[in-house]
Amino acid sequence: MKHIKIVNKANLKETAHKGGCGECQASCQSACKTSCTVANQKCEK
Amino acid sequence: MIHKFTLNDYKIVLDVNSGAVFELDDCAYKMLDFIDLPLPAECPKDIYIKLKEFSNDEISETYSEIKELVEQGLLFSKDDYLPFVEKLGTAPIKSMCLNIAHDCNLECGYCFASQGDFGHGRKLMTYEVGKKALDFLIENSADRYNLEVDFFGGEPLMNFEVIKKLVSYARSLEKKHNKNFRFTLTTNGVLLNDEKIDFINKEMSNVVLSLDGRKEINDRFRCFQTGKGCYDIVLPKFQKLVAERGGKEYYVRGTYTRFNLDFSNDVEHLFALGFDQVSIEPAVTEKELPFSVREEDLTRIFKEYEKLALLMLENKKQGKKLNFFHFMLDLEQGPCVYKRLRGCSCGNEYIAVTPEGDIYPCHQFVGIEEKKMGSVLSGEFDNKLKVDFASATVYSKEECKKCWAKFYCSGGCDANNYLYEGSIKLPHTISCEIEKKRLECAIMIKVALAQ
Repeated sequence: MKHIKIVNKANLKETAHKGGCGECQASCQSACKTSCTVANQKCEK
Repeated sequence: MIHKFTLNDYKIVLDVNSGAVFELDDCAYKMLDFIDLPLPAECPKDIYIKLKEFSNDEISETYSEIKELVEQGLLFSKDDYLPFVEKLGTAPIKSMCLNIAHDCNLECGYCFASQGDFGHGRKLMTYEVGKKALDFLIENSADRYNLEVDFFGGEPLMNFEVIKKLVSYARSLEKKHNKNFRFTLTTNGVLLNDEKIDFINKEMSNVVLSLDGRKEINDRFRCFQTGKGCYDIVLPKFQKLVAERGGKEYYVRGTYTRFNLDFSNDVEHLFALGFDQVSIEPAVTEKELPFSVREEDLTRIFKEYEKLALLMLENKKQGKKLNFFHFMLDLEQGPCVYKRLRGCSCGNEYIAVTPEGDIYPCHQFVGIEEKKMGSVLSGEFDNKLKVDFASATVYSKEECKKCWAKFYCSGGCDANNYLYEGSIKLPHTISCEIEKKRLECAIMIKVALAQ
């Protein structure tokens, strides 16, 4: 493509099929523990 | 839904529902304002008129590219998430904040925990209460294998002997119950010595070290009862702990207030001290307090994050392995959509336990009577409250539903929402604005590194 560069095309919807195991780290969102924005969490699978 | 923004001269688009990220030229960036679905086969005439500064060839090429991405489900993709939200009910408890010490040896001026005692008197958790809490966690964790226990306070190292015994007790349960405990600890560093550093580096999968940055900034708030700052005492101890950590996770965590809105200098200072994992957070409290970050500070704060983003980008280009926690973003292998819909899941998958054995949805709710969920001593637990907390998803929060950042912040901090907006489902505006800015910076860094 000439006008649009794809930086990332991972599709969030696909994660619905493998996801939901609940084994990942809890992502405390509060500033006093440091908001672990969910985006920076690792998937355990 | 898309979110388009410019930063560091990059024109960037995030497709919210797919998570795809694009860098655009001027023509494509402007054209997106005039796109209506469904897309006709040929570019509509009014787009040529609205974008008359571009040639007809440029416009028709750009239109074709946008159309291709729409057809691939990467741009203006549909919101298909409701069925997943409906599947989300309550879940096993997998994470516990153990308030091992409602007491502190510092009196930090901005402390949310009323200088460590959470407003309910100074108290240390006994081994017996801690044991009951760990038993409660195991009993309520169903088939979850990984269990997290965070030693928190106050200052947890004021109760170090109990921490040691509880870790040993938990380890003795792992095999029998097929569990893996991951311990973490947050400390102000005052009581660290060789024995404690060895123990932490052996047993804690992550450790949070509280330090605000430059000496004069740290010592303004992080003080002993005498008023003396703690910088000179804790810095060498933190440096020793990190040097001996052997690559295990840690981060140095600072707080910035409206007295140091130039906080990128504190991040740089922490990097210069040899710490490579750094987090700095705003003190967001009652707006009447003189140090609390306010809405009118946001423009200044945004500029500071942009400055920090350029610094991090430069570091990355130079191959330096420095990490600013709030710009960490995994666009490819991040958490699944279920996780993104509900975030921390406090009161559902995550609870806090006080020295008295009382259960709260998280450490921030401790002491708020109407949110008390039960007791690990009596075993009582309010399932109605659990259901209420479990229902807090980005689709049950009206503001979040409309927000481009919902799959990255996952509805923010329910405790902040409750404390400052009156409901766990009403997002806290300043926190949202800061989070959105950090996300834009993080995405820009990814775009820049893809060049």
